[in-house]
Amino acid sequence: MSYLTLALSLVFVLIPIILSKTLNLGLEKDTVIATVRSIIQLLVVGYVLQFVFDAENFIYIILMVILMIFAATQNARKKGVSIKGITWKLITTYIVVEVLTQGILLGFGITPATAQYIIPISGMMIGNSMVLSILFLNRFTAEVESNQDKTELILSLGGTPKQAIHKQLITSIQASTIPTIESQKTIGLVQLPGMMSGQIIAGADPVQAVQFQLLILFLLLTAAVVTSVLLGFLSYPTLFNDKMQMVKIVEDE
Amino acid sequence: MTTAEQPIIQLKNVTFSDGDLTIINDITGSFPEGRITTLVGPSGAGKTTLFRLLNRLISPDTGEIVIKGKRIEEYNPIELRRKVGLALQSATMINGTVFKNLSLPLTLQGEELPEEEANELLEDVALGKDFLHRNIKDLSGGQKQKVSIARTLVNKPKVLLLDEITSSLDRVSQQDIEELIQKINQKYGTTIIWITHNLEQALSIGDYTWVMMAGELIESGESNLLNEPKDERVKRFVRGDME
Repeated sequence: MSYLTLALSLVFVLIPIILSKTLNLGLEKDTVIATVRSIIQLLVVGYVLQFVFDAENFIYIILMVILMIFAATQNARKKGVSIKGITWKLITTYIVVEVLTQGILLGFGITPATAQYIIPISGMMIGNSMVLSILFLNRFTAEVESNQDKTELILSLGGTPKQAIHKQLITSIQASTIPTIESQKTIGLVQLPGMMSGQIIAGADPVQAVQFQLLILFLLLTAAVVTSVLLGFLSYPTLFNDKMQMVKIVEDE
Repeated sequence: MTTAEQPIIQLKNVTFSDGDLTIINDITGSFPEGRITTLVGPSGAGKTTLFRLLNRLISPDTGEIVIKGKRIEEYNPIELRRKVGLALQSATMINGTVFKNLSLPLTLQGEELPEEEANELLEDVALGKDFLHRNIKDLSGGQKQKVSIARTLVNKPKVLLLDEITSSLDRVSQQDIEELIQKINQKYGTTIIWITHNLEQALSIGDYTWVMMAGELIESGESNLLNEPKDERVKRFVRGDME
């Protein structure tokens, strides 16, 4: 695609701006910011990826993954400020997801150990894990707050903190993973996944594109469940102190 | 409270604050073992907070709580909470049947409550056997309150903390519960501490009474003190000039 064609694609940005202006939706500023940011971020990433692919040095791959984990943590931590030490819990979760998925892919020789495979797949895994952790933290903090009386009831009857929070934890894990599982049920019927579409547009064999997409889907499923479960089990103990009392929930910043 | 009786719970200069707000202010007193002590006072006196301290759902900022001669911190929280049972006015229930709620204390210990025992508990709180498998959502506030009391009894506590448990009951049910609590007190020697806003109830069922106001213990002693209070504030409260 030439830069001229790319410039023409900005027409698609004008449509929402015009609609927003006409209907007084107030989305113009955010649309412009989002457009400019996406252009800059993706172009920079494009050039960085080109450099990393050409360099063929593992250190750069690791640096890219660290950068992804850092950015994902920064984004997700805002949703979990009421949970003590949320930053490290998120970092640990993303590292586990990354090591687990790449470990399986590289360990079984499913994908080659090159930047071309590791970086995009890591991006998808960490990105998905970030969305999942935001969904989980949103739901979990809401569940904990609205069920404080039930948590205290179980504690008051001589239950452990884990028993007291079990229902809320399970509900939050289920709620956060349902979108991933549900979207897999209709995939291909309603929408073609982005990666597969991209490969087909770029001229790849559709069957091979499907095979890759299936691999990614299964990885996403693992990443989703591992993220919610791990983050849940890392988070709940911080809601209690060593006297098995509920710690007062800090209001969101 | 100054009595010759053996105290089961002693508080020594206990203070508890929530942020800048002092809820329990330097309370010193005791509850005699095997007796019924009622806790009265206007709203916001800190009565429920005191219960939460005794069940160790919260800890005091300063001061000491001693239970059976041992500092509260020396007990395992789980063991303590099973021995110092708490039934709150809110009568919080878990979703499911009455049986599920009654079984909860034992389920938490990995045990099962025999159905016959559950039925006996229901009869004790004047609810029929047919309630056992009803969904908790279908029960009235008063019926939930009765289930809450029965549930607390499952752990066979040594001390029973009852927070306004008859406030949403009709007169007959109220009498049933009063009789039940007195029976438990006499049969098992369970120490009862009962928050009530009903001064008649405090006089009729309580051996002793604490009068609390604004986080302080104003007067304590035999329940009769409500007939002849010494403190001016308690006099006003008893007359109904203060809520």
